[in-house]
Amino acid sequence: MIPETGLFALLLALVLALLQGTLPLAGARTGHPGWIALARPAAWGQCLFLSLALAVLAQSFIANDFSVAYVAANSNSQLPLIYRITAVWGGHEGSLLLWVWILSAWGVAVSHFSHGLPRDMLARVLGVMGLVGVGFLLFLVFTSNPFERLPVPPVNGRDLNPLLQDPGLILHPPLLYMGYVGFSVAFAFALAALLGGQLDAVWARWSRPWTTLAWVFLTAGIMIGSWWAYYELGWGGWWFWDPVENSSFMPWLAGIALIHSLAVTEKRGVFKSWTVLLAILTFSLSLLGTFLVRSGVLTSVHAFASDPARGIFILVLLSLAVGGSLTLYAWRAPKIQGGGKFQLFSRETLLLANNLVLVVATATVLLGTLYPLALDALGVGKISVGPPYFNSVFVPLMVPLIFITGIGPMVRWKQDRPGRLLRRLWLPLLVAIPLGGVFTFLATDGLRAETALGLMLALWLTLTTARELYQCAAAKSGFWRGLRALPSHRYGMLLAHLGLAVTVVGITLASGYSVERDVRVAPGGLIPVAGYLFEFGQLEERQGPNYSAVVFPVRVTRDGHEIGRLRAEKRNYGGGRQPMSEAAILPGLFRDLYVAMGEPLEGGAWSVRVYYKPFVRWIWLGALLMMAGGFLAAFDRRYRLVRRRVPDDQPAIPGGVLAGEARS
Amino acid sequence: MTRVLNLRRCRTLLLLWLLSASALTPAANHPADLYPFDDSARAARFWQLTTQLRCLVCQNQNIAESNADLAKDMRDALYRQLLAGASDDEIIDFMVSRYGDFVLFKPPFKGSTLLLWVGPFLLGALGVGALWWMVAGIARRPEDGELTDEEQVRLKRLINETHGGTS
Repeated sequence: MIPETGLFALLLALVLALLQGTLPLAGARTGHPGWIALARPAAWGQCLFLSLALAVLAQSFIANDFSVAYVAANSNSQLPLIYRITAVWGGHEGSLLLWVWILSAWGVAVSHFSHGLPRDMLARVLGVMGLVGVGFLLFLVFTSNPFERLPVPPVNGRDLNPLLQDPGLILHPPLLYMGYVGFSVAFAFALAALLGGQLDAVWARWSRPWTTLAWVFLTAGIMIGSWWAYYELGWGGWWFWDPVENSSFMPWLAGIALIHSLAVTEKRGVFKSWTVLLAILTFSLSLLGTFLVRSGVLTSVHAFASDPARGIFILVLLSLAVGGSLTLYAWRAPKIQGGGKFQLFSRETLLLANNLVLVVATATVLLGTLYPLALDALGVGKISVGPPYFNSVFVPLMVPLIFITGIGPMVRWKQDRPGRLLRRLWLPLLVAIPLGGVFTFLATDGLRAETALGLMLALWLTLTTARELYQCAAAKSGFWRGLRALPSHRYGMLLAHLGLAVTVVGITLASGYSVERDVRVAPGGLIPVAGYLFEFGQLEERQGPNYSAVVFPVRVTRDGHEIGRLRAEKRNYGGGRQPMSEAAILPGLFRDLYVAMGEPLEGGAWSVRVYYKPFVRWIWLGALLMMAGGFLAAFDRRYRLVRRRVPDDQPAIPGGVLAGEARS
Repeated sequence: MTRVLNLRRCRTLLLLWLLSASALTPAANHPADLYPFDDSARAARFWQLTTQLRCLVCQNQNIAESNADLAKDMRDALYRQLLAGASDDEIIDFMVSRYGDFVLFKPPFKGSTLLLWVGPFLLGALGVGALWWMVAGIARRPEDGELTDEEQVRLKRLINETHGGTS
């Protein structure tokens, strides 16, 4: 009976989403206050019922109710409790339920934190989010019902995919979805502004913290995914240009462009229609990512679902959302008035260049991801587009991007003189270029162009960021007092740029200097790698809660001193599944030592992968800094200052009246 | 494997980078290697090629990463050919003739992949052009309340006409 309650809650949420997606929009158009006021309770109600549905599904997992098809397919009574709970989003149906629930939670957050927003604007924003919710709830109810019952319940479940029985995967999907779905807020704000004809700097200001926050979550999701792949897949890679990864990378790139474009629109009132288009495109890419992963169009580690009916449903949903919003854009955008004037050499131009590079990069990833699918569908042939392609096209784009990231914050709005800039930048230029080169030369017995370039860019970005901090702070009365007076959004920007530099160092050194050895090891074997000696002990057997494992203990020494002990495992989860390699990692800020077991060989030996990965942690450390920067920017005081409460008795304002510049 | 970070030789710069660890160049050949090579250049080529070839029965894995039997067969074939002195191109040609273009993670440049390879650069060039054209247009645009060149000329003429007679 309990699972049926979940389905009932889903249907109620669908009804509320329908209400939320229609009446408030109509009310904002006609000025009907009752309909406008409906937006908020509908959003709360939808979230409430979806929470109930999620709780019911979790309960079915906890209680091992294998009469529910989804539970039977993704759980097992042997599975530890924590993985029974995270198994809720371990498959297609549950992860979609999580998707809609997060959408409704964003809706509640918007309605809660937007008391200063004009009520018709809020009604439109929530209305658009309601419509997105309707689409996904229909999809859930009609093609992917997580509460479907089996006529004959099995004695035990099929178990959760062993790859997913891992702490990294507890967090990866929810964070990723928080990001994906979070861009729906930026999308809803853009559409609300188009519908209401209120495309001014105020719209951009409202949209900014939400967009940044969504991007922070997406960064976290991607980072944890990359880290999980690194230690769980057992071959030490941290980015594979896998179509599923690309699906999350595209909105991430477009999101960076949107964050920067929103800044210009808010500050200077320019590029308004471009920013709206970018907001639409960013969320469309999130939807496309959901389509690619959930339709089973791609077959890869992440894509668990394959059912053409679902694919077609999402494709229709995608075309409706993208087509509809672009039509609205084509209809309303020409009415948008241009903003202020600026010269060729100005911060506006540099931010536009940032947008250009990011959009081209996004389009490149899109091209590389869809091209093999398109060729296959047209019957022209089967090709693979993998890391060598993406690296050769993507890296040249990142070079100018990082270069202008260093300059951008220092150039004045409207107009600047190159001479003034050069006076501030000669030092970073003079230090970064030779130092990057010299370091590479000394470290590698010869100049390697990619490494030199990577390090130069990272140094350049670090030094210009430091210079910018000094300049901002010293401009006020005294450096230290200036540091304290600097607003948090400024720190946020600097920190995020610094994070990019750190990630660039990690990528450059980890991909340039990793040592990877495939070896054959018998118990007692000694393997030297990159100055470390790996001493393999005797094989052990271990019994886990739902698997049995062979353990290879390893002692790592350097110049005779013990550095640490590792235990690499090969786990067998039974049920005819592939045995899983559980890598053992000795982490360090400057290098990781990595041991993963391969296959058993004759004579009691095993094939083993032993890796030395310098600076690999810096890749994720940089992402953490970017996230911290995003948080500081999103929670800047100035966004809270505009959050004045609008009295509830204030009459609703029909659309269009508020149009015009209203900068506070 | 000469591509090892030798940090010992740059202590001073290390301080700048706050580094502490260091590494050594390992021998190219070790008896335990699954695929031993006499020279490090060939070992590096082996590693490079295994990351460029796709394991055909796997989900987006190269033959260096995959534990599948086919990947092992392909690694073995690659190893034998390298030992026999085949060049990279010869090995890639052999793999393509046997498994088709699908085996290459870097698609070949030909008619059907033209757009794939040219697209990003074309888009970049178009973008730079559009950006230039747009910014130049905005830079010429009059500020609110500011007069265009034509209006300036007309204003001057008006002033001249008004004052022309009196001065």
